[in-house]
Amino acid sequence: MTFRGEARLWIAQRASAALLAVCVAVHLVTIIYAVRSGLSAAEILERTRGSPGWFAFYSVFVLAVTVHAPIGLRSVLSEWAGWRGRSRDLALLFFAAFLAWIGMRAVLAVFA
Amino acid sequence: MWRGGADGAFQAFDVPRQASQTVLDVVTHIQRALDPTLAYRFACRVGMCGSCAMMVNGVPRWTCRTHVDKVVQKNELTIGPLRNLPIIRDLVTDMREFFDKWARAKGEFRGRNTRQDDFAKVPPASPPRAQASAGIECIGCGVCYAACDVVAWNPDYLGPAALNRAWTLVLDERDRERTERLRAVAGDAGCHACHSHVSCTERCPKHLSPTASIAGLKREVAKAVVHGDL
Repeated sequence: MTFRGEARLWIAQRASAALLAVCVAVHLVTIIYAVRSGLSAAEILERTRGSPGWFAFYSVFVLAVTVHAPIGLRSVLSEWAGWRGRSRDLALLFFAAFLAWIGMRAVLAVFA
Repeated sequence: MWRGGADGAFQAFDVPRQASQTVLDVVTHIQRALDPTLAYRFACRVGMCGSCAMMVNGVPRWTCRTHVDKVVQKNELTIGPLRNLPIIRDLVTDMREFFDKWARAKGEFRGRNTRQDDFAKVPPASPPRAQASAGIECIGCGVCYAACDVVAWNPDYLGPAALNRAWTLVLDERDRERTERLRAVAGDAGCHACHSHVSCTERCPKHLSPTASIAGLKREVAKAVVHGDL
C-alpha cells in the first residue's frame, strides 16, 4: 500500500476511535440505566422498534467497528504473525464485510 | 557479560566494587584486567558521543553515565549488546541499519538559501523552533531503537531516533524537502507503525520524547494527505 493509503488508514482509525469512544459510552450508560428494574426482551424491543434515533446510533456504531477493528487487526497480523501484503488486506476486507453483515443484521433484528 | 556473536553466551566475571563506579568502568575493568579480547565501544565517557550504549539487566542504557549502584541487582549485572541490532562480537553491534534508517527518513538538512542570501531569522520562542529544540539533542546512541518493540516486530520500521530527526527537520522553516520527508516517514515502515508504547521516551538518556516527535509527524502527514499535498 502507498504511504498515502497508509496515512488514510491511520486517519480512518483515529476518526473511528473517536466515534467509538462516544458510542461505547452511550451504549454502556444505556445498558446500566435500562436494567435498573430488570430487563426483558420485550422491554428492549419496545424501546428500539421503529426508533430512527436508536437505529441511526447503532448503525454508526457498527460502521465505526467495521472500520476500526480490521485496521487494528492489520497491525497485529503483520507484527505478530508476519502476514503482510495484498493477501492480508484482502482477507481484512472480507473480515470488515463480515463485521458489517453480522452487525447490521443484529441492528435490523431489533429495529425492524 | 555477553561473549561472541549472535550464537554466543553469557560469561561471568568478578569485578571489584568502587565508589561512583559506572557500568562502563565495569566493562573497562574486565577488558583491561581480566580478558583483553573483550570487544566493546566507547569514546567520550561523559555522555556526549553516544557510542557506549548496551543492555544492562535487560534495559538499554548509556553505560558511561549509568552508576552501578543504580542498576545492580543482588550484586550482579547482566551486560549485553544493544537489542534489535546484529551483534558483531561481544558488546559491539552493527549499527549500519540504525544510521541507514536516518538517511531513509531523510534526516539530512536541505537548505533553501544560498550563501548570497541573508541569514534566516527564526524567532527562538516560535512554536516550531521550540518543538525542534525539544528534539535536537539526540546523541545517536541507539538506546531508543533497542527499547522499541515495534522495531523488533517490524524490521523495516525506521525507529524512534530517525523519526525524531525527521521531525526536527519538518519543523525547520529553512528546509526545502518537507514534502519528500513527509513521504519518506509516512506508512507502515514510518510514523504510522508507532503504537506509542513510549519505551523510547522512557529510556532516552537525554530525556527526549521521540514518541511526541512521531505523533507530530503523524499529524503533519495527516494534514498533508487531507490537503492533497502528498
